[in-house]
Amino acid sequence: MSSDETNVGVDRMADAEPVPGSAKPDPILVADGVRRSFGGLTAVDVGHLEVQRGTITALIGPNGAGKSTLFNLLTGFDRVDGGRWTFQGGAVNGKSGHRVARAGMVRTFQLTKALTRMTVLDNMLLGAPGQFGERMAGAFLRPVWQRQERENTRRAMELLERFKLVDKREDMAGSLSGGQRKLLEMARSLMTDPAMIMLDEPMAGVNPALVQSLLGHITSLRDEGKTVLFVEHDMDVIMGISDWIVVLAQGRVIAEGRPSDIRSNQQVIDAYLGAQEETAEVGGSDDD
Amino acid sequence: MDILSILAESTRSALGPIAAIYALAAVGLNFHFGYTGLLNFGQVGFMLVGAYGVGISVAVFDLPLLAGFAVGLLCALVLALLLGVPTLRLRADYLAITTIAAAEVLRLVYRAGFAEPLTGGVYGLQNLSSGFRALNPFDGGTRYGVGALAYNGNHMWVLVVTWGLVLLMVGLTWMLMHSPWGRVIKGVREDEDAVRSLGKNVFGYKMQALVLGGLIGAMAGCMLAVYQASIQPDQFKPQVTFFLWVILLLGGAGRVFGPVLGAMAFWFLMTFTDGLLKGFGSMGWLPFLSGPDYGAIQLAFVGLLLVVLIVFRPQGIIGDRKEMLINVK
Ligand SMILES: Nc1ncnc2c1ncn2[C@@H]1O[C@H](COP(=O)(O)OP(=O)(O)O)[C@@H](O)[C@H]1O
Ligand SMILES: [Mg+2]
Repeated sequence: MSSDETNVGVDRMADAEPVPGSAKPDPILVADGVRRSFGGLTAVDVGHLEVQRGTITALIGPNGAGKSTLFNLLTGFDRVDGGRWTFQGGAVNGKSGHRVARAGMVRTFQLTKALTRMTVLDNMLLGAPGQFGERMAGAFLRPVWQRQERENTRRAMELLERFKLVDKREDMAGSLSGGQRKLLEMARSLMTDPAMIMLDEPMAGVNPALVQSLLGHITSLRDEGKTVLFVEHDMDVIMGISDWIVVLAQGRVIAEGRPSDIRSNQQVIDAYLGAQEETAEVGGSDDD
Repeated sequence: MDILSILAESTRSALGPIAAIYALAAVGLNFHFGYTGLLNFGQVGFMLVGAYGVGISVAVFDLPLLAGFAVGLLCALVLALLLGVPTLRLRADYLAITTIAAAEVLRLVYRAGFAEPLTGGVYGLQNLSSGFRALNPFDGGTRYGVGALAYNGNHMWVLVVTWGLVLLMVGLTWMLMHSPWGRVIKGVREDEDAVRSLGKNVFGYKMQALVLGGLIGAMAGCMLAVYQASIQPDQFKPQVTFFLWVILLLGGAGRVFGPVLGAMAFWFLMTFTDGLLKGFGSMGWLPFLSGPDYGAIQLAFVGLLLVVLIVFRPQGIIGDRKEMLINVK
């Protein structure tokens, strides 16, 4: 897939400078000084980062660059050593994972987390926000939550239809293939109706036939107005669908820009693209 | 040896008050482990605070029985919070270690000399069931039921109330687990990070499950105090928790009726092996064993049962094998 197919005549990032830490016209996420070290190793040290609303932003970098750690920090799944960040204008640093998700910033995991001994439909329904029946006392008031349940089931079925999982709805999630689990995890996170979705290697281990449909889902999410931030290794995929690319190396943002800027950036080629050639086979595997 | 009378005695035990009390405590453990995946190795601790809540209220402070139940449940609530607050944010094994230690510490504290004015120390507390018997609609002197399954009026009253509580708690389990609340709880068992990423307060749900299961465990302790009319601290040894785990795995963890069937099967088998050993002994087939050894053999049998169960039927009597065998990652 070439960049011209999906981005015909649209440059959603026209006003942004292709330099690390550049300001965006309408940022949904703004992070400052986010740091995390493990013992002596500084895994993440991001000075300033803005993510433009309504775009697909790719986060790339060699293995161990700190991409997953940055995801964990921003979404409240790990504790920072320092730093502040706001989402849709409100501070989210220091909030626990479930609060960040409720604020509209939802993430998936590099190692897929399907709830294996629950059905596909139950996986989906778990994503629905504000369920009365999820309160212990509310659970006893069947008629009240059953109405909500019907509405949530309808939404879940729509999403399952879209992600081609509708025939599997009564199957245990553990019986799905790796690629189907990735799809389920993505569909499930959409049940929360997020403003921004963060996908950690959504294509890893997915068979090539499914990759195309996954890419289609990601672009249509953007076209519906959601913001997508995703980690990926496959350069063709990244160049093809991203509006903006952020390059992380050894925990720092070393470059930012449109796909065309990144392709010609010598620093990126040295730090990442060169290495990418050598480890092309390892790149797509589920490693952590 | 009369095999029929051994079978009758075993059936009586499977339906008896002790089986009901263990079933109740196991229903609580089912909330912890079966549904939420919490490793509580100290369920006996909740039974202990429940039993002593009744014991101390009734025997020391002369309060009505209902107040005793309330005190017992309140103690269980406090215990659950004390156990849960520091551990439920950590990895699962921290709760396991904390509960096993806390239950044993509780037993040692309740039996200690300095606690004697309240707990009666090693001798425990007596005369605990007059309040309960005052409510008895059955006649204490008559026997109810048929043949080996006849119980005197007082036992009948305990049976009705305890099994009634078991049914009530089973109904509660069903209601909760067939609701969105139950769906979150099962999600926590599968992968708490996934549930958290969907905006659910995992810590809160784990705490609710710990409290609820603990309260049901305390209820079992209350009924034990009422049934026996007396309690001693050494009844609350770690082996009670071990039996409860056997019961839960035997019946089927994460199944609504699992703990009930498990408790019945367990006490049937315990009484059956006991009867069999005594029978063999009286026929001179076990010359190398003396009476007190039978207890040890019986416990070894429970261990063996657990091993056989895990190898051949890991899902328990009514568990779903398909669900059990799905690889978790
Ligand atoms: N929990 C952890 N404990 C110690 N080191 C960690 C931990 N998580 C990540 N790291 C280290 O931090 C660095 C960044 O890891 P990660 O964010 O997973 O990289 P990426 O996702 O970019 O491949 C790696 O060197 C990794 O070994
Ligand atoms: Mg990673």
